[in-house]
Amino acid sequence: MMLQVSNLSKVFGGLRAVDDASLQVEQGRIVALIGPNGAGKTTLFACIAGFHAASAGQVHFMGQDITGWPVHRISRAGMVRTFQITQPFAKLTVHENIAVGAYQQFHDRREAWEHARAVARQVGMEALLAQPASGLTVAGRKRLELARALATGPKLLLLDEVMAGLNPTEILEIIGIIRAIRDSGVTVLLIEHVMHAVMSLSDHIHVLSYGKIIAQGNPQEVVNNPAVIEAYLGRGSADHGANTPTEVVHA
Amino acid sequence: MSRSAKGEGHPMTTASDLKPIPWKLHLSVLAVAIAFPFVFPSSFMVNFGVLALFYAFIGQSWNISGGFAGQLSFGHVAFFGVGAYASTIVQMRYGISPWLGLPIAGLAGAFVGGVIAVLSFRAGLKGSYFALITLAFAEVLRIVSNSISITGGGLGLLIPMKIGAQNLQFAERSGFYFLILVLAAGSVAVAEWMRRSRFGAQLAAIRENEDSAKALGINVFAEKVKVMLISGAIGGIGGCFFAQYFLYIDPLIAFGTDKSVEMLLVAMIGGAGTVYGPLVGSVLLALVSDVTRTLTQIQGLSLVLYGGLLVVIIAFLPNGLIDLFSRKRGGGKPGSKT
Amino acid sequence: MDANIIAAAAINGLLLGGIYTLVASGLTLIYGVLHIINFAHGSMLMLAMFGVFYLLTLLGIDPYLSIFIMVPAMFIFGYLLYKGLIGRLSSGKDENILLVTLGLSILIENLALMFFKGDSRTILVSYSDTMIEVGPAFVPLPKLISFAVAMALCAALGLFMQRTDMGRAIRAVAKERVGARLVGIDVDRIFAISYGIGLATLGAAASLMMPIFYVSPTVGHVFVLVAFTVVVLGGMGSFLGAVVGGLIIGLTESFGGLFLGESMGQIGISLIFILILLFRPSGLFGAKA
Repeated sequence: MMLQVSNLSKVFGGLRAVDDASLQVEQGRIVALIGPNGAGKTTLFACIAGFHAASAGQVHFMGQDITGWPVHRISRAGMVRTFQITQPFAKLTVHENIAVGAYQQFHDRREAWEHARAVARQVGMEALLAQPASGLTVAGRKRLELARALATGPKLLLLDEVMAGLNPTEILEIIGIIRAIRDSGVTVLLIEHVMHAVMSLSDHIHVLSYGKIIAQGNPQEVVNNPAVIEAYLGRGSADHGANTPTEVVHA
Repeated sequence: MSRSAKGEGHPMTTASDLKPIPWKLHLSVLAVAIAFPFVFPSSFMVNFGVLALFYAFIGQSWNISGGFAGQLSFGHVAFFGVGAYASTIVQMRYGISPWLGLPIAGLAGAFVGGVIAVLSFRAGLKGSYFALITLAFAEVLRIVSNSISITGGGLGLLIPMKIGAQNLQFAERSGFYFLILVLAAGSVAVAEWMRRSRFGAQLAAIRENEDSAKALGINVFAEKVKVMLISGAIGGIGGCFFAQYFLYIDPLIAFGTDKSVEMLLVAMIGGAGTVYGPLVGSVLLALVSDVTRTLTQIQGLSLVLYGGLLVVIIAFLPNGLIDLFSRKRGGGKPGSKT
Repeated sequence: MDANIIAAAAINGLLLGGIYTLVASGLTLIYGVLHIINFAHGSMLMLAMFGVFYLLTLLGIDPYLSIFIMVPAMFIFGYLLYKGLIGRLSSGKDENILLVTLGLSILIENLALMFFKGDSRTILVSYSDTMIEVGPAFVPLPKLISFAVAMALCAALGLFMQRTDMGRAIRAVAKERVGARLVGIDVDRIFAISYGIGLATLGAAASLMMPIFYVSPTVGHVFVLVAFTVVVLGGMGSFLGAVVGGLIIGLTESFGGLFLGESMGQIGISLIFILILLFRPSGLFGAKA
């Protein structure tokens, strides 16, 4: 088991953002974490990756207890996350951005730069390498987040809404890229609202609502689960199809 | 700069600043600097050169932590002062050669840099709070050096004049010039090495976005401490040089806010985060200083102009003057103009 | 040490602290409402003090009466400065504002050096030497007057913030910018007014300080650190914090001088600043970041 999250809770003041959540991710799989807005998915990611200290529970990564480890140590162990609201190194070029990720594996500049180029090619960004990151579109930034994380040579990628704000063509491309990433040996845990992508990509799905895991299973099981349907429709949030922008970009 | 770039990312640097500078440029600048005292051998001009290179040197100290790593500091004089006092005290009390004083000053500066860094970054201080606490640390050092006898208290320390290269007191001013040239060139080399290295890339990442840097495996705390060690060392060495050039230091010179301001100004106005920014800023400040003093007999006008320039640059042109140079060279920075 | 000497030091410290409170209240107001760190606070106080000085020496206006000129003048200066410069940057990173206000302070200080030269000046009025007995201490009358007026002004400012419509609008903007805009408050105008009030307190403080302090172009540095320490100790944006913090810092300075001597005694303020930032950055009454 690549990732084992056991009874994780995160409390902010009076709010239980994550409530006794457990999930597992098997090596080589693509696993999705879904749930209505505000369910606590990003908070859970943040706890797993070490950005927040969990109030209770443990995280085991490749057999090691990584609960309470600092972020960079978890990253070096092979678990790398992206951010829902993209955080590029704005004044560096795309190439330099990705190279920072590559530098986790390669200490030599030439190798890091070459690897960054290869990763950029892998996600379809090779043409943009010389551009300053701040000049990218939303889709470009999302891809950059992905490329940067990929360049570190991770064993487990945590992708937080990497498809938000993309148009249908871009979504199809990303689906292909993610699948290729998995095929190359990287395990993927993703938060996503784009349902058709989740359905077509995932081997396994966990559903989070009000901080609790309310269901898990393969896509077919989850989609027919009455608790899941209620969590989405019963609360008045309609099914999220494609194009749910969660990031507003100022031109 | 594309319009979406303004206001985004760290306020103090140009885009694409990890791009290595071609060797030819380095050699050209070095050649000009070496030729300078031969072309302008008057005492006045050589002094101008010494001060320009000196401020470029200590400005680089600020630039490395402030421009490259994005850690804004208002108290950089602390490293300078500690270095000045360290080398002066060991020279006067224990007869240690001021040439040895240079590395001793460097170590003292690095030590103080490390202490400030560890305390402040452990406490999670960033941005403006870090800048202010460095100011307070420098002030503490000023007060202490004003109050204890080993530093000569308020009277300071007067280094006995013993002209001779072995005492780091050159008979010819050009001796000092070439020393500071070597030091300044060294600081440029350090800066350039950082740009081309993994360390420099990681610092740039920390500057731009600490969370992303952490997520990519960078030990932000450790790298920030490292950069403060280097910055402190350079500042300290600058202090030793200054003490030897002027043969006098006191708490106000060593720890007063003037030097902190000058280090910051030359780096920011020249172009924080660039290798030659401090040199550009320093030459310009020295020029403006001399011109205004000669033309108007008014003391302090140059700093008025520089203060105003800082305001204008931050408010209206976030990249410093060096951007003008890069555009003139035919837009050497890719994607910098939309 | 004689209990009387300590008590006298305490009284002097409190009197001093009252004035620091006034200076700090402007700084904390500016931070609380605009979320900017006004590094130029010290040099602007210095400028205002020179204003008071020249009002006396050139126009014969008593420093305490000059309040009526200085306060509106500094308010207008602050309002215009905000509109013309500071306002352009209030949406950027706060390091930008810090740097701009640093640049302003460099500009102001060196202009002052150019025009006023480096000498220290103070003001002597006819009642400068009158001593009033306060418990075990003998206090110069100006110090008492300044303390009383400073405290009265702080109280007035507090009432203004609590009871008037403008005060409520300012507090609304400080608490919730977007919400305030949504209920129709002209947020940008409030920003300018708040910055103006922040500088106006400096105008008042300058009038109160000139009879007691020396002014020279470089005193801005000292004042800036004192003001920041008070604000950080009390809690950024907290008015009560400025009052309590000011009194504590006044006491610190007084006792520091008493127990550590003239030179070393100044260290208390910087040390407090460092310790607060390292261990309790929200200060006594500030919001936890």
